Amino acid sequence: MAVASVRPKRRFRQPSVIPGFGLTLGYTLTVLSLIVLFPLAALVVRASGLGLSGIWEVATDPRVFSALRVSFGVSLIAALTASVFGSIVAWVLTRYDFPGRRIIDAVVDLPFALPTAVAGIALASLYAPNGLIGAQLAKVGIEAAYTPVGIFIAMVFIGLPFAVRTVQPLIAEIDREVEEASAILGSTRLGTLTKVVLPPLIPAVLTGFALAFARGVGEYGSIIFIAGNLPYVSEIAPLLIVIKLSEFDYAGACAIATIMLAISFTTLLFINLIQAWSRRRFGYV
Amino acid sequence: MSEAITPSDFPVADAGLRPPASVVTEKGWVRALLIAVAIIFLALFLVLPLVTVFVQAFAKGLQAYLAAFAEPDAHAAIRLTLVTAAIAVPFNLVFGVAAAWAIAKFQFWGRDLLVTLIDLPFSVSPVVSGLIYVLVFGSQGILGPWLLAHDVQIIFAVPGIVLATIFVTFPFVARQLIPLMQEQGTAEEEAALTLGASGWHAFRTVTLPNIRWGLLYAVLLCNARAMGEFGAVSVVSGHIRGLTNTLPLHVEILYNEYNFVAAFAVASLLAGLALVTLVIKSVLEWRYAGDLAASARH
Repeated sequence: MAVASVRPKRRFRQPSVIPGFGLTLGYTLTVLSLIVLFPLAALVVRASGLGLSGIWEVATDPRVFSALRVSFGVSLIAALTASVFGSIVAWVLTRYDFPGRRIIDAVVDLPFALPTAVAGIALASLYAPNGLIGAQLAKVGIEAAYTPVGIFIAMVFIGLPFAVRTVQPLIAEIDREVEEASAILGSTRLGTLTKVVLPPLIPAVLTGFALAFARGVGEYGSIIFIAGNLPYVSEIAPLLIVIKLSEFDYAGACAIATIMLAISFTTLLFINLIQAWSRRRFGYV
Repeated sequence: MSEAITPSDFPVADAGLRPPASVVTEKGWVRALLIAVAIIFLALFLVLPLVTVFVQAFAKGLQAYLAAFAEPDAHAAIRLTLVTAAIAVPFNLVFGVAAAWAIAKFQFWGRDLLVTLIDLPFSVSPVVSGLIYVLVFGSQGILGPWLLAHDVQIIFAVPGIVLATIFVTFPFVARQLIPLMQEQGTAEEEAALTLGASGWHAFRTVTLPNIRWGLLYAVLLCNARAMGEFGAVSVVSGHIRGLTNTLPLHVEILYNEYNFVAAFAVASLLAGLALVTLVIKSVLEWRYAGDLAASARH
């Protein structure tokens, strides 16, 4: 939550009687630099050694290109699905009271808590041709495991909590009086929902979508077991990084990693823009 | 909106017949439908995979389940996972508290940028998180030749696993505490200092009790991720059985060897950890909602 802050005038920090500023900030900056910034810089240095043309060359390699396309394309569809159902889940959990609501609310965080490898093998065994769901899908002619459909399922699993948890607090904060006013002024419930209730939720839904998308693109553990990892078909970009590394092709691994980092930072920027827009338009994030 | 409004448009007209709340919610059947959609979706996508882990683990009976833990490799994996979490979690705890103190209790230039930088590891793919450590410490890495000359091994050894784990769990404690401590302000610490407490004393007796539930919450989530991390650890581990395999990596190896019962048995241990984490987390949220509030609203 943004705390209204007075901008210090050309002073590094505002005076305070609280001690420990130098110590804690110094420690924070040192650890941050050693653990996060320095290793990330190593990647940037490596990638800049390749140059834009070098990165382009790797990216346009057919196998790399199709892996990137699978990662980004499937993640986009999965994030869309997670957003739609996540919004319904968030609405149901905040607005309606029914038995077991709290337990279901807790279940939403399962993908955060369950190790990705565990989720991965569980999904793979469920959706395999002889698995519980896979067998049913096979009857209607859908092959889930070892195809992009399997990647989609894993990405929905991993992205769902982001979609739910970003929307939920905003639904809780909706002013009921506005809905009453809308109803009293003669709007139908559907009209109230689409014209009064939903528009202020759009920024949160977009943020949840972007977070789920970014997570899906980078996800590894829960996908590789169900994906089958067929080059050109169901091979994801993170797996290709692992493969390049095991072949000691550091340049190739760095190039793919750089492309993925660039996209995830763009997504981050996109989220910040949505939130800035939402602050101006609706007065809150 | 220019049409004439007839009296029948007013839901108020028969307000005496139905509770006033009905104008701010959906019709009964719509509610039932939405609840059904939500429950079926969650059951299918989230609960079923969890149940599968336990069903598959016990598919061949208790004997086969227990046999998975009799292996020395499984013991080694459990030990390494515990050691990794025992280093990474306290490390991030200390960092998180220090960072939150500096960021929440003081106003300084570049504070927002600092918060963004601390959050960075959450937006990096786990595989890339592992890769960057290989680029620094690997044999072809920046420090590679120096490490080789001094016979220090980090990649494909325990230190690399610990470092990668610290990286992926880096933001947990800080991002939980910063909004909480910002909301609490500095008045109580200032009072303690005015009354003659030393800075450390004020922190221990005033700040720490204020943030304890938020801190416990963050440590819980940090620990779950530290013990369960797969992608980043997989890249730096080298998969040496009995030496650099954590529990999630052990699960992968067993699964790829088609030893499904053992894979799911070991996975059930991690799923149990996830369940315990979720239960404690939910209890904390229900009981201490106020003490976690600042972050819960985030």
